[in-house]
Amino acid sequence: MAQTAALDWKAIVADPRFQTLRSRKIRFLWGLMVFSVAYYFLLPIGAAYFPALFGIRVWGPVNVGILFALSEFVVAWAIAWIYARRANNEFDAMAAELIRDAEKIGGRR
Amino acid sequence: MNAMRGHVPAATALAVVLALAAAPALAQGAVSKEWQWLTFAVFGVIIAFTMGVTVVAAKRVKSAADFYTAGGGVSGLQNGWAIAGDYLSAASFLGIAGLISIWGYDGFMYSVGWLVAYITVLLVIAEPCRNIGKYTLADILAYRNDPRKTRIVGAISVITVSTFYLTAQMVGGGVLVKTLIGIDYEISVVVVGILMLSYVLFGGMVATTWVQIIKAVLLVAASIVLVVMVWAQYGFFGDFLANVVGDPKVQARVAQILGDAGRNMSPAELGQRFLEPGLLFKAPIDQISLGMALVFGTAGLPHILMRFFTVPTAQAARVSVIWAMAIIGGFYVLTLFLGMGSAMKVGADQIRAIDPGGNMAAPLLAQALGGGADSLLGNFMLAFVAAVAFATIVAVVAGLVLAAASAMAHDLYVGVIRGEHATPQEQVRAARIATVVVGAMAIGIGIAAKGQNVAHLVALAFAVAASANFPCVLLTLYWKRCNTGGIVLGMIVGTLTAIALVLVSPNMTYPKALKAAAQATIDGSAARRAKADSDLTTATSDAAKAAATRAKSAVDKDVATAQGTLERLKGDDRSLVGLEKPLFELRNPGIISIPLGFLAVIVGSLLWRDKRSEDMWDELYARQNTGILASKAAAH
Repeated sequence: MAQTAALDWKAIVADPRFQTLRSRKIRFLWGLMVFSVAYYFLLPIGAAYFPALFGIRVWGPVNVGILFALSEFVVAWAIAWIYARRANNEFDAMAAELIRDAEKIGGRR
Repeated sequence: MNAMRGHVPAATALAVVLALAAAPALAQGAVSKEWQWLTFAVFGVIIAFTMGVTVVAAKRVKSAADFYTAGGGVSGLQNGWAIAGDYLSAASFLGIAGLISIWGYDGFMYSVGWLVAYITVLLVIAEPCRNIGKYTLADILAYRNDPRKTRIVGAISVITVSTFYLTAQMVGGGVLVKTLIGIDYEISVVVVGILMLSYVLFGGMVATTWVQIIKAVLLVAASIVLVVMVWAQYGFFGDFLANVVGDPKVQARVAQILGDAGRNMSPAELGQRFLEPGLLFKAPIDQISLGMALVFGTAGLPHILMRFFTVPTAQAARVSVIWAMAIIGGFYVLTLFLGMGSAMKVGADQIRAIDPGGNMAAPLLAQALGGGADSLLGNFMLAFVAAVAFATIVAVVAGLVLAAASAMAHDLYVGVIRGEHATPQEQVRAARIATVVVGAMAIGIGIAAKGQNVAHLVALAFAVAASANFPCVLLTLYWKRCNTGGIVLGMIVGTLTAIALVLVSPNMTYPKALKAAAQATIDGSAARRAKADSDLTTATSDAAKAAATRAKSAVDKDVATAQGTLERLKGDDRSLVGLEKPLFELRNPGIISIPLGFLAVIVGSLLWRDKRSEDMWDELYARQNTGILASKAAAH
């Protein structure tokens, strides 16, 4: 780790661009995380405590339970897609700028 | 040395195929005797191909970085397939299709958590770990905390998790291969062990990655072919489900599960019930607890975490999780059709006759779709699925052994014993020696644990990963106050509570309770038999008569099992840890042990003072968020 300490990390963390990246990322990530965990646990909770709801038939033999279980897959993929889009379009560019300027901001101690 | 490395894998491959073909006592498995050669032929092609890859890979493995992480040169797409190959064990391929074929909706519900787990990996674990990690989970913990202490606890936890998972794979794999192909349990354990060792030992992470990619492609291709054939016969989504509901085998199975409760239901209602929850799972808190272990534990599984060090950048790590989610999710959606297709085409009775756990649902479906037990195509398809299942076990075991060996060699030997001072040659040698040690241990445990019930060990591995590894990794990455004290306390508390709760849970064998239940079965059998007899005489329809006859033969079977239990447990009153009954009613400890693990990291961090953890925070935080210096670390 000796060679990495050559940068002044305090200055990098204090840089407004880093602060913006960090606060946007944190809010976005934890929001998605909380939503996905909550949505996932609706499945076992619903199956256990609301079996009648899960048994309601929507179309032919297709019931709410089957549709809800399949929606878990769709929601998981959608979250992955939403995250990837935001990260590719926004976070990566912000991080690239910080990487490029790391030595300028952090300077050699 | 290099020339020798090239020949050894080739020689191993030849020896393995010869040993399998010459195995003296080939018993009858799902693959009939006259078609076993076909399974070996298919498997031989897979082995020959993967060994060829290993020979090429062996030439590229020169440094410790090559051995542990393929030099960081795996692409995002390749890594996505490799993650799927590392993750989709035989238990998920054969086990979940089996659960769905026997229990319907509940089996499918079970499969959802395995995909959702990757959201946690994607959002908060994969990229930061790629940005600051090197080879192992403990590297991440050691970054800002006391390297010596955190490497010791990190490595112990990694070895614990990997050993549980490994034991489940070796024992479960041995049993599966015996049921499927009829190879002796011990032979199959040794063959899996030797194959896995030759991949890992000679080809390191390069060969392991390719074995996992090849296996994942074969597994997905086999599943797609089977599902398309199922759709061709039973229709796509709505028509398919309508066929499930109307299927007499499915209706009979639901009637059998529900017993008296299903007596007044029409056949259509019985079939529809297969698509509703509650046939298998009776304890909701236990399901939620298991869900927590899956969703938070996957992000703490060392062999999954290790895969993110094999890609060059955080962007590639992101791409690999997205590919992995597409592959793993797509695969689990297919299990719905594999399982329910098997419930119609084969039927739960026949599936359970060969293996009560349902593991033979997909292989038997393949045989039936190809034209049945007497047809060439049917047997070819069964042989192919059996060979893919075997390859699946080898690929998963290889990833686990590499993870455990890296903790032993990189963290404990190079990091702790040698104080991070070892020449590159010494590091590679340590990695190879640790691989042999872990591989030999896996074979030894596999043989020693023959006949043990190891199904709960996978759940336990996830529980320890979720309760110890996950809180420690997450908090060291995101919480400024986290420090060495928190990591040490969190690892110890998380690991021990998860294990302790399982040791006193209903997962263990309680002879007294088993004997009481067996005695009750015998005592109650006379009444049940009388009732079945009177049902038989008063029955008007053929279906009712058949149900009463079934009930009667079930009584005989239950009594025989109960008598066997009483005989086997004679003079035995206590469980492994000396309990007469479980102290803790949940099978899955996650709901208690995960919060305790987080609490321990927090309390430990607040009680401890560690200047290094504070000083390094800015560096870790800047690097994990941006990837500054990460590409330089990978480039060497």
